[in-house]
Amino acid sequence: MAELIIEQEVLAVMEQDAINAFPNECCGFFFGKEEGESRLVLEVLPVENTKEGDQRRRFKIEPESYMRAERHALSRGLDLLGIYHSHPLHPAIPSEHDRSQAMPWFSYIILSVEENAIVDLTSWQLNNSREFEKETIKQL
Amino acid sequence: MARIIIPTPLRKFTSNQANFEAEGKTVSEAILALTTSYGNLKQHLVDDEGKLRSFVRVYLGDEDINVLQKEATPIEKDSIISIIPAIAGGIA
Repeated sequence: MAELIIEQEVLAVMEQDAINAFPNECCGFFFGKEEGESRLVLEVLPVENTKEGDQRRRFKIEPESYMRAERHALSRGLDLLGIYHSHPLHPAIPSEHDRSQAMPWFSYIILSVEENAIVDLTSWQLNNSREFEKETIKQL
Repeated sequence: MARIIIPTPLRKFTSNQANFEAEGKTVSEAILALTTSYGNLKQHLVDDEGKLRSFVRVYLGDEDINVLQKEATPIEKDSIISIIPAIAGGIA
């Protein structure tokens, strides 16, 4: 099972983004280094959820934001490791919509959030059958 | 030859190459050259009919090919084609 190691400051940014966006979903990118089965998450970049309609149940990131994230990774000498988003008032389990939209290789962090509190945090990666497998998360 | 920029999550299918030099007169031909060279990439870019998957966006320079001539958009020798995952998801 792949392992995600997240710096405390990075995690704090994701958690605050999820709380600030509540009851809507937040989203963003994270960056770091991959070494074998481990991924060290060193930086985070919150981005705007541009989903039209109900942002309490859906998120969308614009292609321009994606291109900026790739350029950011390049300029920092880091890998663009994945995407985080929140599930307000829902478990930190990927939906079928999450799975159908997911890219291979990326880690997908999901934060389950209630008003003013993070309830759970998980991370997932697609396998070769396009099914999500859970990653372990360690905090630095 | 046009240059295709491969997004990070698809580089494991291109031997970690971030760029691909592609022959072709259209975006479609360039993409075909890419998936011919890297067969395992194909299922992540196009469907069984060879159409780009809904969660894959393609830009020619700074423009989405959907506002140009889609896959039939002509390309030049110095064109830069970016493959961009459409990032979305959520509870339902």
